[in-house]
Amino acid sequence: MASTTTHDTATARAAARREKARRAPAKWLLAPAVIFLLVWMIVPLAMTGYYSFRNYNLMMPSITGWAGWTNYKILWSDPTFWSALGITLLIVMICLAVTVGLGLALALLFHRNFVGRGVARTLAVAPFFVMPVVTGLIWKNMLFHPAYGLLAWLFRTLGLEPIDWLAQFPLTSIVTMISWEWTPFAMLVLLTGLQSLPEDQLEAVRLDGANKWHEFRHIVIPHLGQVLYVVVMLESIFFLTSFAEIYTTTSGGPGTATTNLPYYIFQGTFVQYDIGVSSAAAIGAVILANIFAIFLIRFVAGNLNAGEAR
Amino acid sequence: MAVVALKNVGKQYPGAAGLAVEDFNLTTHDGEFIVLVGPSGCGKTTTMRMIAGLEEHTQGTIEIGGRDVTGVVPKDRDIAMVFQSYALYPHMSVRDNMAFSLKLKKYARADIKQRVEEAAEVLGITPLLDRKPRALSGGQRQRVALGRAIVRQPQVFLMDEPLSNLDAKLRVDMRAEIIKLHRKLGVTTFYVTHDQTEAMTMGQRIAVMKDGVVQQIDSPNNLYQQPANVFVGGFIGTPAMNFLDAAVENGTATGSGFSLVLDAARRDAAGTRERLHVGIRPEHLHLAGNEADGQSLRGEVEVVEPLGALTMIQVRVGDTKVTAQIEPHQQVAMGDAVALTCAADKLYLFDADSEDTLMGIDSGVADQPAA
Amino acid sequence: MSAQAKRFSGANIAFGVLGWAVALLMFLPLIWLVVTAFKTEAEAFTVTPQLFFEPTLESFKAALAQGGGYWHYAWNSVFTAVASTLIGLVLTVPAAYAMAFYPSKRTDFTLVWMVSTKFIPAVGVLVPIFLVYKTIGLLDNVWGLIALYTAMNLPIMIWMVYSYFRDIPKDLVEAANIDGASMGQTMRKVILPLATPGLASTGLLALILAWNESFWSITMTNHAASTLPVYIASFKSAEGMFWAKMSAASVLSIAPIIVLGWFAQRQMVRGLTFGAVK
Repeated sequence: MASTTTHDTATARAAARREKARRAPAKWLLAPAVIFLLVWMIVPLAMTGYYSFRNYNLMMPSITGWAGWTNYKILWSDPTFWSALGITLLIVMICLAVTVGLGLALALLFHRNFVGRGVARTLAVAPFFVMPVVTGLIWKNMLFHPAYGLLAWLFRTLGLEPIDWLAQFPLTSIVTMISWEWTPFAMLVLLTGLQSLPEDQLEAVRLDGANKWHEFRHIVIPHLGQVLYVVVMLESIFFLTSFAEIYTTTSGGPGTATTNLPYYIFQGTFVQYDIGVSSAAAIGAVILANIFAIFLIRFVAGNLNAGEAR
Repeated sequence: MAVVALKNVGKQYPGAAGLAVEDFNLTTHDGEFIVLVGPSGCGKTTTMRMIAGLEEHTQGTIEIGGRDVTGVVPKDRDIAMVFQSYALYPHMSVRDNMAFSLKLKKYARADIKQRVEEAAEVLGITPLLDRKPRALSGGQRQRVALGRAIVRQPQVFLMDEPLSNLDAKLRVDMRAEIIKLHRKLGVTTFYVTHDQTEAMTMGQRIAVMKDGVVQQIDSPNNLYQQPANVFVGGFIGTPAMNFLDAAVENGTATGSGFSLVLDAARRDAAGTRERLHVGIRPEHLHLAGNEADGQSLRGEVEVVEPLGALTMIQVRVGDTKVTAQIEPHQQVAMGDAVALTCAADKLYLFDADSEDTLMGIDSGVADQPAA
Repeated sequence: MSAQAKRFSGANIAFGVLGWAVALLMFLPLIWLVVTAFKTEAEAFTVTPQLFFEPTLESFKAALAQGGGYWHYAWNSVFTAVASTLIGLVLTVPAAYAMAFYPSKRTDFTLVWMVSTKFIPAVGVLVPIFLVYKTIGLLDNVWGLIALYTAMNLPIMIWMVYSYFRDIPKDLVEAANIDGASMGQTMRKVILPLATPGLASTGLLALILAWNESFWSITMTNHAASTLPVYIASFKSAEGMFWAKMSAASVLSIAPIIVLGWFAQRQMVRGLTFGAVK
């Protein structure tokens, strides 16, 4: 009996080895992408971490060496950093609320059957494809401009005092521009979600005597749950790193009213040339992004397992 | 054409506690049609996939045409497979689907054309050759899937529930078609199904599996007449065999609502057992007249199903529901109290604990005795 | 009721009016941009918006003229967007193929890791990349930019292609295996033809994201490798001097991508939902 057992485990081990050999090419197929991401994302990230503990200012090349927590201490006591952090969060939160809210309303609207719906929807999604730099300039010059902008003209026509939007309501203006770009995205994704809603589910609740609100609350919203997650995840990624809209319009101002973390780090690097402190701030931005990621990537993992059960 | 031999074949998935397939032994005859049947999760598909080489077996050896194929990749095993989903390449025409494997083997173009057209002729799909799979009906796709397999003239055909996506009538037609095809080509075939009717009508030998273990391998008739255990008895035959828990005393098996006299052979088989399972097929039960003979099952009729040619009734005998097949002219209504009877030589006896048959199996063709 | 009749019911007319109003409102800034592009500089820069004017191609000519700048940046944009998309696909397809059809215990982890790299903000790696590029001479170099765009889009591309691959029945791969196809043949002859629409929309999304990207272009290039966003951004302090020219240049920069986007919008969104929408 003992000999059969050893024979069996030997066969099993051989089988496992063959199984591994069969998968080996798969590993090589995966390697280039993984290596690429390692080299361009993970290695630089580690270097950022390293620099954040170094004295490193291109303006003061004589001062080098280990800085310990100095850069972080400088950051900690810099009110601009904290305001940048707050502004980053404000932009993300408000833009998420606006784009998801409006996007859902628009998706429901474009889910109705009306004349020229396809064309209307196509017009409405266009802002999503506009490059952010252009968005910034359109809004800054042709809509928000206190003298020559369309909004100024509209206010004057209505007998009101024109507003210098970017100066008086800078953050609102930035949020408006970003939301203009991203509402179509939320709308498109949610619309796709709505269209995949099985008709029989709706018929079932209607037979159960549900009214429109119940239908929306208990069938449509749960069905959109996963899709909403996708919207929030992708939008968070982009909102956290908003840059072009600020760069082309307010340049972070007035004062630091629209300086978010990306812009703060950009200035620290290319205006103040302080590599050490900028790196420390960058680590802060990474941590912030990862707080979002922890919540959102759960969805991805969950989706994986749902797929596995398929 | 080849003999396929599975010797002590087993499969353990990494991380899984038990074996998905355990100690499978079977040597086919050349050109034999073997059906693997069992409920879902019984390991029949895993067994077939191990023969195909889509999964590695972790124990034992598999030989095809006398060659140990352990570690040989599917394409070098000289097998063809028909998938449950057909797995036709949606972007290729029927012709290209069938020619794909030949093209990969670098056959001459004229050769490919001839082989594809011959196979199409055999299956009656010549007019469909230039269509895409999505333009075909389910039955046509099925034929194309068969065509893709036969065009290669492999040593072994593997068919994984090939008919389960067809509607009932088409399934019966295709069943006959596959049998005809097998007879014509004479290629050793493994056929997986969960449908015992399909197994019975198609298989020259049938391997009944449960929980990764082969229960019995035998011809359809022997499976039906000499089931190796309660599971096989219940699985083969529709409606299923009735089982009654009985106490044996003085050569009579009794229980709540029934009393059955055992003949000499069955008395020997029962030996000194005090308890056993009695199996009775529905077609062996008859309505008893008023005259009482030794065999009787009494109870109340719960369901009457007239099927035209015959009528099925369900009778509650004690705690057990017993199905009986009666003549359609026999008038029975729900709620009637009836007595059923069964010839003594039609009773099956199984051990109360192991559930194995007590009757012995005398066919001798089984490669493997009941597990 | 026929679909046509349904469209003209009272409620749907109301929704139609609302839908069109919203659509036009969203589109208005772009209409105004296009209108301005056809004006002279004087007409563009007025307190009362000029609706009636003689359309002129003057501004487009100015933008496209030698030294107007557009072509230099446009070429860089086309080159970086197309090259980064192609390189991205070359890296994506094998990786997604391996994970979709040869999953291992580590596959889930690898995928989640890849998506999580998308959560590393560009500023998180800006400083080291800038310094390394400066050292090895990749600053203001199109290939430096291409590599960054590839890395930026790779996680999303792999995810999209992976979810397209997952929709392809595994049976087809096994059938190809049995038919005698090697891994490479299976990928080329069975999987890629089936995934073409998915690959196309993934490629289009990568193209759009690369085309519109401005952070890396602004920070890593000076002139030689600068893309259109840098050109457009150079108008940011123009203060009414060149509004018409800016508008014309903007129209030229966004029009191709909007048209592409319009064609691909539905496919793209489906892929982006990572399989949440079937």
